[in-house]
Amino acid sequence: MTAPSPAPATTDTLLSVRDLTVEFGTKGQTPFRAVDGVSFDVRPGQTVGLVGESGCGKSVTSLAIMGLLPKRGNKVAGSATFDGTDLLTLDDREMRDRRGRDVAMIFQDPLSSLNPVVSIGVQVAEVLQRHRGMKKSAAMAESRDLLDKVGIPDPSRRLKEYPHQLSGGMRQRALIAMALACKPRLLIADEPTTALDVTIQAQILNLLKELVVDSGTALIMITHDLGVVAGLCDEVNVLYGGRIVETAPRHELFASPRHPYTNGLLGSIPRLDGARNEQLAAIPGSVADNIPWTSGCAFAPRCSRAIDVCRAETPSLEQDSVAIEDHLLRCHNPWPTGGEA
Amino acid sequence: MLRFIVRRLLQAVLVLFIVSLLLFTWLRKLPGGPIDAILGERATPETRAALRKTLGLDQSIPVQYLHFLNNAIHGNFGTSTQVQTGTDALDLFFQRLPATVELSVLALILAVITAIPLGYFAAKRHGGFLDTGSVVLSLVGVAVPVFFLGFVLKYFFSIEWHMLPPAGRQNPDLDATRITNFYVLDGLLTREYDAAWDALKHLILPAITLASVPFAVIFRITRASVLEVLNEDYVRTAESKGLSERIIRGRHVLHNALLPVVTTIGLQVGALLTGAVLTETVFGYPGLGDALAQAFRQRDYAVLQVLILAAALGYILVNLLVDVAYAIIDPRIRTR
Ligand SMILES: Nc1ncnc2c1ncn2[C@@H]1O[C@H](COP(=O)(O)OP(=O)(O)OP(=O)(O)O)[C@@H](O)[C@H]1O
Ligand SMILES: [Mg+2]
Repeated sequence: MTAPSPAPATTDTLLSVRDLTVEFGTKGQTPFRAVDGVSFDVRPGQTVGLVGESGCGKSVTSLAIMGLLPKRGNKVAGSATFDGTDLLTLDDREMRDRRGRDVAMIFQDPLSSLNPVVSIGVQVAEVLQRHRGMKKSAAMAESRDLLDKVGIPDPSRRLKEYPHQLSGGMRQRALIAMALACKPRLLIADEPTTALDVTIQAQILNLLKELVVDSGTALIMITHDLGVVAGLCDEVNVLYGGRIVETAPRHELFASPRHPYTNGLLGSIPRLDGARNEQLAAIPGSVADNIPWTSGCAFAPRCSRAIDVCRAETPSLEQDSVAIEDHLLRCHNPWPTGGEA
Repeated sequence: MLRFIVRRLLQAVLVLFIVSLLLFTWLRKLPGGPIDAILGERATPETRAALRKTLGLDQSIPVQYLHFLNNAIHGNFGTSTQVQTGTDALDLFFQRLPATVELSVLALILAVITAIPLGYFAAKRHGGFLDTGSVVLSLVGVAVPVFFLGFVLKYFFSIEWHMLPPAGRQNPDLDATRITNFYVLDGLLTREYDAAWDALKHLILPAITLASVPFAVIFRITRASVLEVLNEDYVRTAESKGLSERIIRGRHVLHNALLPVVTTIGLQVGALLTGAVLTETVFGYPGLGDALAQAFRQRDYAVLQVLILAAALGYILVNLLVDVAYAIIDPRIRTR
């Protein structure tokens, strides 16, 4: 039922996610599978994209890796091996030691993600105090430097301010400073720019890119926007209905997107050189039209290329026969190479 | 901040003026009156008229009120006619004040130190045994009338089991030294520890009785507020930073969750004043509540006026204090 896993994790893999499955539901009800057999690798310093529409399981995947899912009401299976340790088997204390030190995360909405009654400085410093055993004053001094590094002007003043006194872009910068404070080897960014103005979005993405390149931090970039992926990611995983439907290196994916869903996502990126009146192609329907993966391809009801077999048999994730590079695909009737939206 | 405080104090003066006007009129419109209370039903009309004249009650209400206001401005609130006949009403207030403050403070401390942790842990284990149990307990707390709870506690702990004294503030045989008239504090200051302990024993049952309503209210607000905060994104951020549970609990959950609780505690001071009347009556505890109940029964106008105005003033001041405290713990207000 599950797809064959990609090649076994090599020694230079930082994070190796295998058959990650997350089910929600209270006892007695049929559980809802938000993430279903997801496998992917992240190498040190690499940037990996996790792309898909709202509700496809991106956040749940990242929260499961971080051990941040609610304590009750869900079941996590599979493994997430980070540097030789399966994070999913760690107990609460061990995971607490790693979060913020080895693996850090930034979230979508910078305002609600910051504690409104604690100063920015303390919110940065507390990570340093926790993981690097620094004293308050040393941690505050270091926090100032961190705020400076993420491009917050007048960091000494901002240190004492509260989230409501900062602009949206500055808040996200502060969150990035917190996440990178202890130089984690992996950063998970869950739609870090969605809540920001378009002009600020590019700045934040550039900053992230700069910082991860400088520090050699690996990045899992979660987004619904393939445009973000284009400028940032080495590898891209496209998720639909909790499963990976296409995985390829960035160039490969943009050069020859094969899955109709990926094509649909590409079609909805606004192009600067596009004709003025050109309509953005949106994928018809919504995730709500999903059929369960067990009774065919979940995307079939919305797919322009759906054929009979799509509604009868669940496609598995396999190496694309026509691609030269690593290119995994879960589709019965993909676009021919170079397919158009 | 200073301007805010000054403005609130000016408002308080206005409020007190309005309260005094309403109170004064209302008291004099009540059936019965000090004349009946002092002389009884069977006094001759002549004696009544004479007393009415002495007390100044023969004049019209507006004239009486202006008279009262003029005296009050000079610190003279009249003399007690019944509760402690001949005592200056303001003196009586200050005599009784420490007893009630001691009782209310202890009750409030009891309520706060039990309700906040319980509310927090109930929310943390939402739907669990502790949660369900304490929600039921808090329902009992608000549903059972204060005087009934007082009687039940007194019946078992004092009358049946002789564990705690049934009434009063302190055993008079101890002949304790007085400094502040806060008996527990006096006992500690003078190192008469037996006296302090005896005073504390007298306080336990009344304090538990008085704490029941504030406990229930503070518990429910804390629980609801913590439940809400636990779902906030910033708590998830704090978790994603790997912070210790202690820091997350204090700095990230409780600091936010207690903001509405602080306001509630201020409002509970009003409930405490009402509760004190009932509690002090049940336990024969010689505080302001007891004096108020007596003064009301005996239509002791001067005492009633002082006590009710003082209650209003106390309520205003406590809530002013709460607002200041709120501004201190919520930077969004402080830095606006
Ligand atoms: N705590 C939860 N309990 C029950 N269902 C949940 C829970 N969290 C997420 N889900 C469900 O899991 C599915 C995937 O959610 P997820 O948040 O991962 O989506 P997403 O891809 O991050 O979307 P978005 O772009 O909107 O953030 C959704 O259908 C959601 O309703
Ligand atoms: Mg999400």
